Amino acid sequence: MNASAGKHHTLVVLVENKAGVLARIAGLFSRRGFNIVSLAVAPTDDELFSRITIVVDVKSAPLEQIVKQLDKLVNVVRIHEMSPESSVERELVVATVQASPEIRGQVMDLVRIFEARVLNVGTNAMMVSLSGTPRRVGDFARLLRSYGIIELQRSGKVALDALEQLDA
Amino acid sequence: MKMTGSQALMKSLELQGVEVVFGLPGGAILPAYDPLIDSSLRHILVRHEQGAGHMAEGYAQATGRPGVAMVTSGPGATNIVTPLCNAYMDSVPIVVITGQVPYAAVGTDAFQECDITGITHAITKHNFLVSEAQELPQIIHDAFYIATTGRPGPVLVDVTKCIIDPNNPRSEMTWREPSEHNLPGYNPKLKGDPELIRQAVELISASERPVLYSGGGILKARAAEALKALAELTQIPVVTTLMNRGGFPDDHPLCLGMPGMHGNYTSVTAMQRADLLIALGVRFDDRVTGKVSGFAPQAKVIHVDIDPAELGKVRRPEVAIQGDCRIVIESLIEQLKDLGQEPKDRNQWLHTIRQWQKEHPLVYDTWSDGPLKPQLVLEKLRDNTPDDTIVTAGVGQHQMWASQYWKFNYPYTWINSGGLGTMGFAVPAAIGAKVGRPDKMVWAVDGDGCFQMTAQELVTAAAEQIPVKIAILNNAYLGMVRQWQEMFYAERYSEVYLSAELPNYSQWAEAMGCVAMRVDTPEEVEPAISKANEIDDRPVVIDFRVDPVEKVFPMVPAGASNDDIVESPLRNNL
Ligand SMILES: Cc1ncc(C[n+]2csc(CCOP(=O)(O)OP(=O)(O)O)c2C)c(N)n1
Ligand SMILES: [Mg+2]
Repeated sequence: MNASAGKHHTLVVLVENKAGVLARIAGLFSRRGFNIVSLAVAPTDDELFSRITIVVDVKSAPLEQIVKQLDKLVNVVRIHEMSPESSVERELVVATVQASPEIRGQVMDLVRIFEARVLNVGTNAMMVSLSGTPRRVGDFARLLRSYGIIELQRSGKVALDALEQLDA
Repeated sequence: MKMTGSQALMKSLELQGVEVVFGLPGGAILPAYDPLIDSSLRHILVRHEQGAGHMAEGYAQATGRPGVAMVTSGPGATNIVTPLCNAYMDSVPIVVITGQVPYAAVGTDAFQECDITGITHAITKHNFLVSEAQELPQIIHDAFYIATTGRPGPVLVDVTKCIIDPNNPRSEMTWREPSEHNLPGYNPKLKGDPELIRQAVELISASERPVLYSGGGILKARAAEALKALAELTQIPVVTTLMNRGGFPDDHPLCLGMPGMHGNYTSVTAMQRADLLIALGVRFDDRVTGKVSGFAPQAKVIHVDIDPAELGKVRRPEVAIQGDCRIVIESLIEQLKDLGQEPKDRNQWLHTIRQWQKEHPLVYDTWSDGPLKPQLVLEKLRDNTPDDTIVTAGVGQHQMWASQYWKFNYPYTWINSGGLGTMGFAVPAAIGAKVGRPDKMVWAVDGDGCFQMTAQELVTAAAEQIPVKIAILNNAYLGMVRQWQEMFYAERYSEVYLSAELPNYSQWAEAMGCVAMRVDTPEEVEPAISKANEIDDRPVVIDFRVDPVEKVFPMVPAGASNDDIVESPLRNNL
């Protein structure tokens, strides 16, 4: 599908929840000219730590070096690469689209097909959201475009090890 | 116990065993300079903050203890950026304390505000911005722990003024002992994996043309003794990179000396022909490997380093061992001994190496009556100073000649700027080394270009009666750049001539409170050195007027394979 899909890698990084940590991590990528495709950060169940999911566009060889450099950061506790086969990936999109009363039905069809949700309806606009695999979220966002997007935000991917991984 | 942040800062430094701080005060760090008066710390007042940083580095490399510098915010902090980067590249443990504007003013472009933690993210092992007085004891503890353990390096602590200013209620705090275990993401691994050690021992036992490729990690791990034991047990020759000169004695029969761009023929070629490189505390720097694809093409590689990011970064090793060099070498020795095998007969290999050494010595023109040769000055200096003299160097031709011609028989006697190649390193590094090792003679071998970058620290040395000795190999040129222009830019010299008249080094040195001498001829060299050696109450500067067109050989041109090493054309005259 995506021409550069082969080069996308997902890293999950457990860090101390402290000021400046994100800048250090982002710096390691930008210094080498690597683009961060998506980034999701939030505290874990323990407020002292945050979990970061980074999707990055790199070849494998420089990735190995970046992972090692990330691991060297004093505030980075743990880091590992997630493979799509052995992890569960989710993303959220929230969008406000133009939807005059005449085409509201079409947007509703799309919402039903994707099992998305309507968050709010205005005179000429609707706010919708969908959480699902990054690919499904991407497809949904693309199809919304034809109605005219007023505002849209994707959350960036988050990933967890699949349950089978835990048993293994 | 109740105290102010600045008192806690002093107490924290004392607790770390700090004896000396190199620094220069200013607005944001002012409150720390007041309790300094009552502390046990010796403060050396520098003339430029870059000097403070390099002095801390020289101190650290001479003593093995962390060097400490303290400067103010803004320009004070930016002036110490070069030493931080230098220490990062050469893995030197220093702790730099910078003042910062009061926390409430951070982010407002306040007077002398500068985001020094942001600037130094990429060139410190770690840095801290401290905004709560209560956090100081723990952060200073952690800063020293991080700087000195694992792969050592520089740590910066940026202290906001409000938490050290006794007039600010934010500076009030209660002293609490720092905890030992405060860094969940930092846990350096010291012991090598026994299975990997076994694999390494197998490779060593099977090898016919092995070389011990030893680097700065040996000195950092205090592994010189262990390296010697390993070399002697296995009868494997040792190359010592620029960062490990002295880490294996030059007068040892198994020592091959410096490899790399200006390494000697035997050291470079032994690695090229080796079937096994035992790489200990090295990082396969481009100045050592030349063109990577042509480097040691037949060699298998065992790579030992405490920093896992170095393993496989440049060259993929057959066996990669993460661990402290001393501990891993000791494990290797233990397993080799347990194996009980007679070491393989490597006489053929050692014989080949001896042959290279005989046929490819370092040469310079010792027979004609031309101008004074820098190499001769270095040989005289080497032969007329104590064997354990500490030598620091600037960056350029003089640095390479110093490494080539000196005989380093003791660890921690050679201090130079390797990774960053910082001109101006020699003088302040020598001062720092002498402060740390007042019992030793300290000579800086400097270039005329380098000297002009940081010479003002000789005022510091004179004022503090730190009797360092400076040998300027004055060729009136940015000599190393001139050499490249001669060899690779068709002798088109662009902005490399410095002047033979300016400055007047003797007058300058005297004005700074030093004893000054000028040497123009070979006959004057020894008397000048003897006179310098006798002076023990102030710095000495000798302006050696050396041949402006002398070049450093051998040389592997940048980007070329080490097989294409260029030796001195004078070799044919032998
Ligand atoms: C701060 C800095 N600027 C520029 C350089 C590039 N450089 C490397 S060697 C050199 C010449 C040094 O001249 P000098 O100190 O006279 O030493 P020489 O090579 O003549 O022995 C220069 C300019 C550098 N290494 N460091
Ligand atoms: Mg010069």
